[in-house]
Amino acid sequence: MKRFARLYAEIDATTRTSRKVAALAAYFREAPEPDRLWTVALFSGRRPRRAVTATRLREWAAERASLPLWLVEEAHPVVGDLAETIALILPPPEGDEDETLAHWIDVLRDAAKAPEEERKATVLAAWAQMDMARRFLFNKLITGSFRVGVSRKLMTRALAEATGRDEAGLTHRLMGDWTPDTVTWHSLIEAEDPVADASRPYPFCLAHALEAGPDSLGDPADWRAEWKWDGIRGQLILRGGAWHLWSRGEELISDAFPEFARAADFLPEGTVIDGEVLAWDGTAPLPFAALQKRIGRKQVPKSVLAQAPALMIAYDLLEWQGEDLRAVPFAERRAQLDTLLAPLPGDAPILPSPPLAFDSWEGLAAQRATARDRRAEGLMLKRADSPYHAGRKRGDWWKWKLDPFTIDAVMIYAQAGSGRRANLYTDFTFAVWDGNALVPFTKAYSGLSDDEFRQITAWVGRNTQQRFGPVRQVVPEHVFEIAFEGIQASPRHKSGVALRFPRMARWRKDKPVQEANTLADLKAMLAAYG
Amino acid sequence: MRAPVLTFTPNGIYCPAGDFHIDPWGRVDRALITHGHSDHARAGHARYLATAAAAPVIRHRLGAIELDTIAYGERRRIGDATVSFHPAGHVPGSAQIRVEVGGEVCVASGDYKTEPDGLCEPFEPVRCHSFITESTFGLPVFRWRPQAEVAAELNQWWRDCAQAGVTPLLGAYSFGKAQRLLAMLDPAIGPILTHGAVENTNAVLRAQGLRLPETVQVTPETRATDHPGALVLAPPSALGSTWVRRFGAVSTGFASGWMQLRGIRRRRSVDRGFVVSDHADWDGLNAAIAATGAENVFVTHGYTEIFSRWLTERGLNAGIVKTEFRGEAAEDDAA
Repeated sequence: MKRFARLYAEIDATTRTSRKVAALAAYFREAPEPDRLWTVALFSGRRPRRAVTATRLREWAAERASLPLWLVEEAHPVVGDLAETIALILPPPEGDEDETLAHWIDVLRDAAKAPEEERKATVLAAWAQMDMARRFLFNKLITGSFRVGVSRKLMTRALAEATGRDEAGLTHRLMGDWTPDTVTWHSLIEAEDPVADASRPYPFCLAHALEAGPDSLGDPADWRAEWKWDGIRGQLILRGGAWHLWSRGEELISDAFPEFARAADFLPEGTVIDGEVLAWDGTAPLPFAALQKRIGRKQVPKSVLAQAPALMIAYDLLEWQGEDLRAVPFAERRAQLDTLLAPLPGDAPILPSPPLAFDSWEGLAAQRATARDRRAEGLMLKRADSPYHAGRKRGDWWKWKLDPFTIDAVMIYAQAGSGRRANLYTDFTFAVWDGNALVPFTKAYSGLSDDEFRQITAWVGRNTQQRFGPVRQVVPEHVFEIAFEGIQASPRHKSGVALRFPRMARWRKDKPVQEANTLADLKAMLAAYG
Repeated sequence: MRAPVLTFTPNGIYCPAGDFHIDPWGRVDRALITHGHSDHARAGHARYLATAAAAPVIRHRLGAIELDTIAYGERRRIGDATVSFHPAGHVPGSAQIRVEVGGEVCVASGDYKTEPDGLCEPFEPVRCHSFITESTFGLPVFRWRPQAEVAAELNQWWRDCAQAGVTPLLGAYSFGKAQRLLAMLDPAIGPILTHGAVENTNAVLRAQGLRLPETVQVTPETRATDHPGALVLAPPSALGSTWVRRFGAVSTGFASGWMQLRGIRRRRSVDRGFVVSDHADWDGLNAAIAATGAENVFVTHGYTEIFSRWLTERGLNAGIVKTEFRGEAAEDDAA
């Protein structure tokens, strides 16, 4: 673990991307193969199955450190990370391990199958041989999510630098559901003709937000426009006699959307379509909440299938007749997609995304203004001659979303964040007036600057009325403008509404608390747009 | 029941028997001051009493005040109370204030650090019945490594920077932390440049006989090229300002007990965080409290609720006192 800890320390000791990449690239050149493979896996969101629950880990650490459990539990939100909390409270090590990263992962995987007493002994023995830095990483292997300031993109760039291979090609190779057990370094990174996993998706092409409007984009004739839908961006893959549906978050979600099995009846082998999965009422999308009932399901009950049938609005054709079309200009891919989908019957679970005709940016702006009536979030603009990029590249694809809904609300509860925001009050609950009462209706975590979070944190310290565990009830004094993308009825919420993507747009220091919006205002929005 | 030796009033810690306050935040007639940080030594009191070693910085910060001084260990009668000042190990001149009334002893410790740092008068445990303690780092996740280890890390960073041709820029509060770091730095590596705010305090401390390594104050004419291999010491607020431009490529470092936590280190977005604090760590707080033999412990600023619960479970009469002391702030650039 020493080499991996050194890599981590180097990455953590700098805020510069170039240095992080250099440290990773050096590691990929020098580390033993199983460690390299695991490092790629960890930094692309894969991890060994959890060997120990967080609860047990906390208990064992408290016991080892001779501290009461409650004290460890109180320290955790201050630190903002359980793995780190435990690493910090344990007594100094008695030994000094010199094993590989892969070794410790194997140890954990063996432990996962062992009885609890044995698991505990394994973990305690490991802690006793590691310094603070290695303990932290070891605990991270157990508790999951290896977010250590290395994005997948950055890791891939380092991999490209270390192997001399093309970054986009590597990005594609790293997609899909491989694990270090199912691949070798050679098959994953190097093999000339990889036995490509038939289910492997292409890296999604992503858009930047168009902040200033489209005037800077040049001649409208060079561009294509379509609605931007609020669903699950997905890739439908038909290869090798099977079909697969991947989400943008790289999860295989075929099981949750059995409707698409029918796609195979209409579409030929060797087809990959990029589109938006939506719950559909026959003519328009249902609110995102309808889709949420599907997420994470292995089997979908008939009732859900009937209430919220899913369909894909197809944006793009990435593969046709087994051939990668990503370098072909968008206009041509799109024409091919239309040809492919034209003969499909009206009840097929896949529809082409309707192209929007426009000859001026003003004309397009007028269409954008009607997006909400169509239950769309705004527009997508794609350069007609653009390839399908891997990842988020500036210039060829833009999302031109509607301005969000806004409402002025009163902050009533505050809770500290975690990780980079540990020790800082960043998670707030907001309320609107219902007569003389404040009714909570949403939480929001983002939108303020670090400086504003610091100010609010100092204020929370002085204005706490009551504590409920980590949550503090604060004096209703501050008004924030809450921006959100959609509103739906929700019987589970006291206010009767649920918001989509709520965040803090502004701290309304100018606004007295009495002038915040009311529940009636929210209900009016619900009636108009829910 | 007898009146307590020290009470807690809206103006601050108060001794009825001697009619004086300790580190008050409200304006009072007579203020006993533990040390010169701005949350403990405030302007506006009629009379001040502090250690002779603390007086120059307090005068430097507060200007013309009526300030009487006292030596460490010297006993002085004020009204019906007897007071004496004892080293707190926090910053040069810092003191714990012992107050005795009719055989009952209470110690207000201000801010303190138990590890000797080679710069300020080492912390001295004082036996008492009641002890007023801070708890800035009153959680078991705060455990400082020996100063020598951190100093080695700091100097290695400096050497690496010098070799790479970048200027190490170290942020530290101008009184206390800056001088502590000066004492930890190895002047053999290169010249040490200081921001005016740091240098002003250096001058005050040097004038009272404190030995600090040689430093060069940065002026508008200062260029990095004139001082190859130099390290720059500046208040944290200067780190993000245009002031740093003159140094070209820099590597930023920040020294604070909070740098122990990765989240806070990342939020600072400095290249390097060095865990150096002028406050006691978890073990230091517990050892200091045990050494006083006190039955009653009043916990002031920091993780007061958690730390007092911990002490209560250990069999002490622990209570929380709300004060306006800040300790080492995790976020603002004060103190």
